[in-house]
Amino acid sequence: MAIELKGVTKVVGTETHIYPTDLRLEEGAFNVLLGTTLSGKTTLLRLMAGLELPGSGEIWFNGENVTGVPVQKRSVSMVYQQFINYPNFTVFDNIASPLRVACVARSEINSRVENMAGLLKLDNFLGRQPAELSGGQQQRIAIARALVKNSNLVLLDEPLANLDYKLREELRDEMPRLFADTGATVVYTTTEPLEALMLGGNTATLYQGAVSQYGNTATCYRQPANLKTAKVFSDPPINTAQVTKRGERFYLDDKISWVAPTSLRSLKDEVYTVGLRPHHLSLEDSEQETVSIEAEVEIAELSGSESVVHLNVRGNAWVSESTGIHPFEMGQRTNVYMQVAQCLYFDHTHKLVQI
Amino acid sequence: MSRSVKWLVPTIYILFLMLPIYWLISMSFKTTNEILGAFSLWPQEFTLENYKKIFTDPTWYNGYINSLIYVVINTVISVSVALPAAYAFSRYRFLGDKHLFFWLLTNRMAPPAVFALPFFQLYSATGLFDTHIAVALAHCLFNIPLAVWILEGFMSGVPKELDETAYLDGYSFWRFFVRIFIPTIAAGIGVAMFFCFMYSWVELLLAKTLTSVNAKPIAATMTRTASTSGYELGLLAAAGTLTIIPGAFVIYFVRNYIARGFALGRV
Repeated sequence: MAIELKGVTKVVGTETHIYPTDLRLEEGAFNVLLGTTLSGKTTLLRLMAGLELPGSGEIWFNGENVTGVPVQKRSVSMVYQQFINYPNFTVFDNIASPLRVACVARSEINSRVENMAGLLKLDNFLGRQPAELSGGQQQRIAIARALVKNSNLVLLDEPLANLDYKLREELRDEMPRLFADTGATVVYTTTEPLEALMLGGNTATLYQGAVSQYGNTATCYRQPANLKTAKVFSDPPINTAQVTKRGERFYLDDKISWVAPTSLRSLKDEVYTVGLRPHHLSLEDSEQETVSIEAEVEIAELSGSESVVHLNVRGNAWVSESTGIHPFEMGQRTNVYMQVAQCLYFDHTHKLVQI
Repeated sequence: MSRSVKWLVPTIYILFLMLPIYWLISMSFKTTNEILGAFSLWPQEFTLENYKKIFTDPTWYNGYINSLIYVVINTVISVSVALPAAYAFSRYRFLGDKHLFFWLLTNRMAPPAVFALPFFQLYSATGLFDTHIAVALAHCLFNIPLAVWILEGFMSGVPKELDETAYLDGYSFWRFFVRIFIPTIAAGIGVAMFFCFMYSWVELLLAKTLTSVNAKPIAATMTRTASTSGYELGLLAAAGTLTIIPGAFVIYFVRNYIARGFALGRV
């Protein structure tokens, strides 16, 4: 009982939207599709829903080939980024509509809609039109309608992207609880790594129309199988540079080098790509083992309590993210500290090096 | 000073616009003798004779009935044919869709006179001459493209995701179209009907050419300026006043959306 994509592709005109993809999402799991815009998240979701036909390959649901089965005959519901509700129906009728179409008894409709409205805090608005409510409430209607019919597959396409900051946090916190008891397979797309981490469950990272990794969200984050996953799953983007291994040390260039972790000392001496997340590149020396490098500040973005500093570190465009306010002038020179224990190493095929 | 000027210009403009309408209404309450006689700003001998004549003489009131019949038939045909067409143009991509869509509009660019002769011949040959349906069908040539353009604009304003959500909820296409989509674009349908109604109501040339007695429209009756009893200018003014009323009545219902209609739904 799961949704499975078998060699699914999608080509529109001359553009490939989805490269051959195999993906199996387990029943009852909360799955996050993480990727930048245009990475194919929405297309993949629409293929799962059956709103689009794959160019090749098959989609299996609950051990049944559902490729080409019309959406009306599938047990799928979907929530879009835009707030999609039936504008001429009241909130009650909006939520009740999938049940009415399925000819559910009137008394059962009433109890299920009221139950769902209570869960999504819509009890006081049941008689109103969707247009009279706020964006957050409109999206709550859409979620209620998606959940009320107890479908086996619930697809959410960046449902919080159009909400303002406060409402987004509120609804995001409720998300896992809403789906916990349904037993449905949930697929949730987002562009924000932080959102994926907060929602938990499993994550599939998408990079330019191909799934680069699928697995437990925390594992994907801590041990990205390849450079693509590391890039998608880091905001600001992960810092990368070419390093050369010689003996027990990695050399960024002639002057900067550090000792390789014990497990990697037996690696072949060649060129590797090092990845270091921005929050592991500090502006102040810490107690951890660090390597100090002189760098030139390009831009410093200061928010209330955090500093994101764009640097030129020996020819590499790197970003440092740290708590506290660190004002810098453009072109100012400063020392940055790499927490080398946090470095990820990728070989020439961009796979994570693990021994 | 600036305050009075600000009011002055629009006031003059509105007076200028209203003057012919006032003159028409004022004339409709005068006797023909008064109209042809001395200049007067308002009726000296107020009379309702002109209106009484129109509502009692079949040659007059049948004109209104005929006009209304073919206008209503035309509006119903135009909008019901344009609805599925506009939906296809707004939702699907197919070979030549953009060209076909533009070509539709070019139908409106030909003057009706061009089609008067072919229509006359065609309807005479098929026995449709002097029937209401003949005029209604002839007006469809201009009204269907217009309705398709207006409705397409309104439909494209509705996100495609609404259709998909309905299908995911289990709605069949027709159930969705009737229960959800049509109510959603009700304003657009109202505007399209208004434009079809107005065009068909004011069009004279085709309506006059394709009818003789049984389906003679009011506009054709009104062009008969002189009768056996001489000039009947008061009567004509009363007929003109009555002709304005349906338009004013219909425009009231779509007053909030009319600007979108003139922009063919694209605002």
